[in-house]
Amino acid sequence: MRNPVMRAGAALAALIVAAGPACSQSLVGAGATFPYPLYSKWFDAYNKKARVQINYQSIGSGGGIRQFTQGTVDFGASDSPMTDEQMAALKGNVVHIPTVLGAVVLTYNLPALGATPLKLDGATIADIFLGKVTQWNHPKIGALNPGANLPKTDIIVVHRSDGSGTTFVFVDYLSKVSPEWKSKVGAATSVSWPVGLGGKGNEGVTQQVKQTGGSIGYVELVYALSNKLPVSLVKNAAGQYASASLEAVTAAAAGAKLEKGTDFRVSITNAAGAKSYPIASYTWLLVKNDTPDAGKAKSLKDFLAWMVTPEAQKMAADLGYAPLPDDVSGLVRERIKTLKSGGRPIA
Amino acid sequence: MSEPVGAVAEAAVPPSQPRIQTGLGGRSWADLGFRGVLTLGALAVPLLMAFLVWELWVGSRLAIGRYGLDFLVSSAWDPVAQQFGAVPLIFGTLVSSLLALVIAVPLSLGVAIFLTEFAPQAIRQPVAFLIELLAAIPSVVYGLWGIFFLIPFLREHIFPFLRSALGFLPLFQGPIYGQSMLAAAIILAIMVMPYIMSVSREVLLAVPASQREAAQALGATRWEAVITAVVPYAKSGIIGAVILGLGRALGETMAVTMVIGNRHEIAASLFAPGYTMAAAIANEFTEAVEDVHLSALTYVALVLFMVTVLVNAGARLLIWRVTRGAPTGGQGL
Repeated sequence: MRNPVMRAGAALAALIVAAGPACSQSLVGAGATFPYPLYSKWFDAYNKKARVQINYQSIGSGGGIRQFTQGTVDFGASDSPMTDEQMAALKGNVVHIPTVLGAVVLTYNLPALGATPLKLDGATIADIFLGKVTQWNHPKIGALNPGANLPKTDIIVVHRSDGSGTTFVFVDYLSKVSPEWKSKVGAATSVSWPVGLGGKGNEGVTQQVKQTGGSIGYVELVYALSNKLPVSLVKNAAGQYASASLEAVTAAAAGAKLEKGTDFRVSITNAAGAKSYPIASYTWLLVKNDTPDAGKAKSLKDFLAWMVTPEAQKMAADLGYAPLPDDVSGLVRERIKTLKSGGRPIA
Repeated sequence: MSEPVGAVAEAAVPPSQPRIQTGLGGRSWADLGFRGVLTLGALAVPLLMAFLVWELWVGSRLAIGRYGLDFLVSSAWDPVAQQFGAVPLIFGTLVSSLLALVIAVPLSLGVAIFLTEFAPQAIRQPVAFLIELLAAIPSVVYGLWGIFFLIPFLREHIFPFLRSALGFLPLFQGPIYGQSMLAAAIILAIMVMPYIMSVSREVLLAVPASQREAAQALGATRWEAVITAVVPYAKSGIIGAVILGLGRALGETMAVTMVIGNRHEIAASLFAPGYTMAAAIANEFTEAVEDVHLSALTYVALVLFMVTVLVNAGARLLIWRVTRGAPTGGQGL
């Protein structure tokens, strides 16, 4: 009885070994949860197109960076760029490839305001989240919203309780526009919030805001769009009120001009440009500059090249992610060409 | 129960032992193998436990080295400044769990007594089954139910009532957000109820009929018989059930984090948001980029593990005493 089983096992093993490389190359990645819906669509579409199987675990940016550093995955993904310290651990063998853009919007519950969107600027948002502006009829909010019916009710602040790239982008923006925020709270994926309630995930924040009169919270643009939440206008660096839209987010990326030879680790919050929406960010794939396995290096390079094509970027827009500006796609294409395998350029 | 069987076997085996061994040589080999496999299986559990503790220890060494026991008395939690302390988390875990027991114990004990002593035979099984079904609902579903139904209901009806009726107590003062320590305790109470109810029901069923009969023979009413003879007899088992429920409440994560408000703060009011150890780990683990932050979270896990081990050890001890039978009845009475 043992022999047939073993023979079958051996045959199966042989089949897998023989079929593996011939059938398809496979890649493993892990990281950010925010772009996961898009990545899974991309990987699926690319598998059908190029017979490359890409498995992606959306375990969070921190986990993505850690697994990539330990070499247990072929590529990582993160909503915040790696720090110099983290890059030193990889001896610089890492390239940040921007894939799409995300934005964070402020959603609120103020029935008295009617259909007029609330207008805010960076300093006021920071004061609200610092607990310095505590009522809606505060003169600072009034000055930004002339003629609006602002009630004399307490502002209830809602933030994310789970560590997230969304939080990072939001507090990165606040750190740029408010020196007090920068010194008191700072920027990270989780921070010590001066005031407010923590909601778990976008859905937790949204429910809390929806149910509580006078509340304000921040969520991802994708989430706000698909749930049709009321969203505030935010004054950008050029002094214009920008509404959060995919175009305004792409404009922000275009506004934060990238030089040739950039490492793409750039923050685009509070970016220049009259149309830029100020609370936006790239999300990145982390790949090795030199991938030893030639087959994997080739597959990865081809995928990255496909990812910046108009076809793939169009898929992003369909799912509510802002596509890269054309010049950034161009820079990415240039950078991919210089990726190596075993010290040699990839064929 | 196993003793008489063992005694009989021992008495019978010695004279025939050599013959059986030689006659069934192959099978005894299989017996040995089987025994080995079972031993490995049994060893796997304590080994897993040891690995778990080892991993937690290794993972939290950085934080232990940096914060030491200050971690257990500090209430800072600032990942940017890398200041970590677990006091609000420990406080939140213990308060929400104990409060959950305050709500769940009378309720589940009442149900258990009703089902074993008073309910008509026809409904005993169905009701017990329905309550045990509560244990099968995933905690994220409880959490969503909490967000969409329980929180609005509490905020609009129960909390304002509590504040107006009991507002003189610090426990029921301050602004009402909905997301709060009390909301978490209520969700937890619903989640631990099936455990406490079904274990205490089993324990009450195990009380010998002679207990009730004796009490009634002395002139006790049914109610008096339950209170004076049945419940005291089952006391240890019921305590074990409660501690089991407590262990469950301490470790609950998803449902709690969705309704507790997730604020690193110790507040006197039950309307104020809080935080628990398990919730903090689940919330921050995935995006903890800095090593110290991750290590601090692992340290929290180690603390939580130790609290849970202590609670479970207590429960084991009590249940062990109950299964021993005789001393329990004597003590209870």
